[in-house]
Amino acid sequence: MTDKTDRAENEIDAGRRDFIGVAAGMTAAVVAPGVFLHSVAAAPRSEPVNSDVRWGLLVDTAKCVDGCSACVEACNEENGLNLQTPPKGESERKWDTQKAVWIRKVKLQDNQTGRITNLPMMCQHCEHPPCVDVCPTGASFKRADGIVMVDRHLCIGCRYCMMACPYKARSFIHDETSGQLTSVPRGKGCVESCNLCVHRRDYGEESTACVDACAAEGHHAIVFGDLKDPNSAINQQLKEIPSRQIREDLQLNTGVRYSGV
Amino acid sequence: MKRIVYREWRISPQRYWSILGILAAVVGVGALAFGYMEHEGHWVTGMNNSVVWGTPHVFAVFLIISSSGALNIASIGTVFQKPIYKPLGRLSGLLAVALLMGGLLVLVTDLGRPERLIVAMTTYNFSSIFAWNIFLYTGFMAIVIAYLWTMADRQGSAFKRPVGILALVWRLALTTGTGSIFGFIVARQAFDAAILGPMFVAMSFAYGLAVFMLVLMFAFNDDERPIGPVMLRRLKNLLALFVAIVLYFTLIYHLKNLYITENASLETWLLLKGGIYTFLFWIGWVLIGSLVPLGILYHPELSKEPKWVAAACALVIAGGLATMYVVIIGSQAFPIQMFPGRTVLESGFLDGVNGQAAPYWPTLPELLLGLGGVGVALLITAVGVRVLQFLPESLADDVVPPCEETIASAEADPELA
Amino acid sequence: MAKVLLRASLVAVSLVWVLAAQTVLAAEVKRYVVEGSRAAELDSCVEPTERMRRMHFEFIKHQRISTVHEGIRGTKYSLAGCVECHISYDGQQPEPINQPDQFCGACHAYAAVDLNCFDCHASVPNPQGLDAEAQAAHRAAGVEKLVQSGRNGEGH
Repeated sequence: MTDKTDRAENEIDAGRRDFIGVAAGMTAAVVAPGVFLHSVAAAPRSEPVNSDVRWGLLVDTAKCVDGCSACVEACNEENGLNLQTPPKGESERKWDTQKAVWIRKVKLQDNQTGRITNLPMMCQHCEHPPCVDVCPTGASFKRADGIVMVDRHLCIGCRYCMMACPYKARSFIHDETSGQLTSVPRGKGCVESCNLCVHRRDYGEESTACVDACAAEGHHAIVFGDLKDPNSAINQQLKEIPSRQIREDLQLNTGVRYSGV
Repeated sequence: MKRIVYREWRISPQRYWSILGILAAVVGVGALAFGYMEHEGHWVTGMNNSVVWGTPHVFAVFLIISSSGALNIASIGTVFQKPIYKPLGRLSGLLAVALLMGGLLVLVTDLGRPERLIVAMTTYNFSSIFAWNIFLYTGFMAIVIAYLWTMADRQGSAFKRPVGILALVWRLALTTGTGSIFGFIVARQAFDAAILGPMFVAMSFAYGLAVFMLVLMFAFNDDERPIGPVMLRRLKNLLALFVAIVLYFTLIYHLKNLYITENASLETWLLLKGGIYTFLFWIGWVLIGSLVPLGILYHPELSKEPKWVAAACALVIAGGLATMYVVIIGSQAFPIQMFPGRTVLESGFLDGVNGQAAPYWPTLPELLLGLGGVGVALLITAVGVRVLQFLPESLADDVVPPCEETIASAEADPELA
Repeated sequence: MAKVLLRASLVAVSLVWVLAAQTVLAAEVKRYVVEGSRAAELDSCVEPTERMRRMHFEFIKHQRISTVHEGIRGTKYSLAGCVECHISYDGQQPEPINQPDQFCGACHAYAAVDLNCFDCHASVPNPQGLDAEAQAAHRAAGVEKLVQSGRNGEGH
């Protein structure tokens, strides 16, 4: 897809590009109703989410490639995190410790065997999330469909949830934001983290930005789906391959599972 | 024993207003630092996504636990019926309120969205220890103000004991609650220990008393009011005991961690290889904050010198701040162990690559904000003792009520009595 | 007695003045809908104009609970909808709606009511020209990148 776009940009002049843009938009408008017929819910959602579904991810670390960061880039683009720039007078190095990160790549080595493992880390969407327990205002909450997220209208920026998260999944917005995306409001002084592309969920889309990007690279290391639906792809795979939760000892029953860790 | 007379602090107006001016300036600079941090965002602080609570929290927690510790003196007087401490009760209550105010102000001005404080006051999540603490703090303030009334007004004296008991129970809950903010966090190894609750109580005894003694000695010295050797001896003995208890809890905390293999890497880091945190632990917490003051307070000669006792109090406070720095910031700097038995080689979010600690270095606005909180506490105290009758006129030996020590020595040696 | 009467009449007169001033102010209420925005071509918003003037925040406030906590996106009240419809363009560039000469900004400045929705929310439709539903449709159809690149091309 990206290649095609690049070529299009190089070869076709501006006028034609405009035409293609409009044409594609129109095609989408025509195609869209047909696409929605195949998705679970007809967009956009008008009924409250319920606990009949529980969204989750399965990461097959064997397929996660060293040096690839497609999921991270896709997440940044999807949620407008790529718009973050270091504030004036701030060093890059310090900004790296302060900018928001929703998903990150981690490379591990087993101390005993030396085996290398690559995996993406993000909010693990626990069934019993410590961040929700500690939040004084109830801004950190778990949606009925299992998504753990922050209600930015209630968040006072105390950062206790960041202290309590065993996965270091949350980020505090240290600087003024600008150019936010309509679907992902975010602003200075609140805490945020991966919300399993909640806007996509509410418009009945099939998957998340990271999953799409991983598949587009041909790796298919991340599977998204409903953990409660016995026929979902994620459940089929969970039955097939051995998997575990990170920090299983805490018994948080995470919605994100890993195999090969 | 004579009747205890309380009098306003009667130092010269020039001296009083210059003290007030200095404190107001400290508070003002703190307010500016707050404005700057809120306007720019937290990027101007040293805090980041790994060390989320920084220097402001060191000051805030120190002030809050000192606050409950400062109330101890009043409790010993009313609840445990030690007459010699009774003349100190009013100042003890005032300091408790003032220190809590200072600490809370620092805490709320460090919020990411302080203008939404009303949300914290109206929307509660009762599974959060933080939310309990909001009630514990405001309740403490109200109870101590009622307590002060029972101590100062004849009509209230009938309620002195029940209110005093309530205040004691409440302050124990408050400090345990503050400690549990950290102690109930399973995510971070250094915090995940219920002992932090009682340990914070012990720390509050020591730091609160040290602050109380310094303020008392300063106020009395400036107004040329006497503190007798008996009172000084009682107070310094109490301080030494509390400092020793903190040291005991410190020992148990680290022994427990050393025993459990899982925490071995944490201990090696903290005790040996943690850089600034190792330094602050050994030099600040153990040496300056515990061993040296203990040495002074139990020294047969030095412990009789008010200057040396004051120095010991100052060292306990300095050590206390170092302790808070290690407990709050050090515990966050040590990487969360998400993958036991594995080493993180690369990470996009500073997950402790090769066991490296998270970076944090305090910046000036944070420090000024914290000092601003100290300024608020002292300003309230200075105004309080000036306009109301908080300070007894004299704590000389022939004025203060007799204590068991004096009675016992009198029995042993009738001539001295 | 005379004094009391005098005071009462003074109060009455001042009350009348205050009320009169209010009426004059009310008569002066301007229309803040910016010409050229989609809203300018419509008779009224999702509710009658008078109701919107008084109640719009109530509508969005309830909406924020149902959207954030319950995932409901299909109701007629939405802040994104406000922005979508009331935005005006300076050439190709949308003008942030909280600017003092734009719909939300101008009226809030007039009424002296703090407006902080746009600390976090996008003050222009972003990505430009597509509402959330259309974006979803594009992604579902897999033409998102193509559409975006087409739009980006306009600037060159």
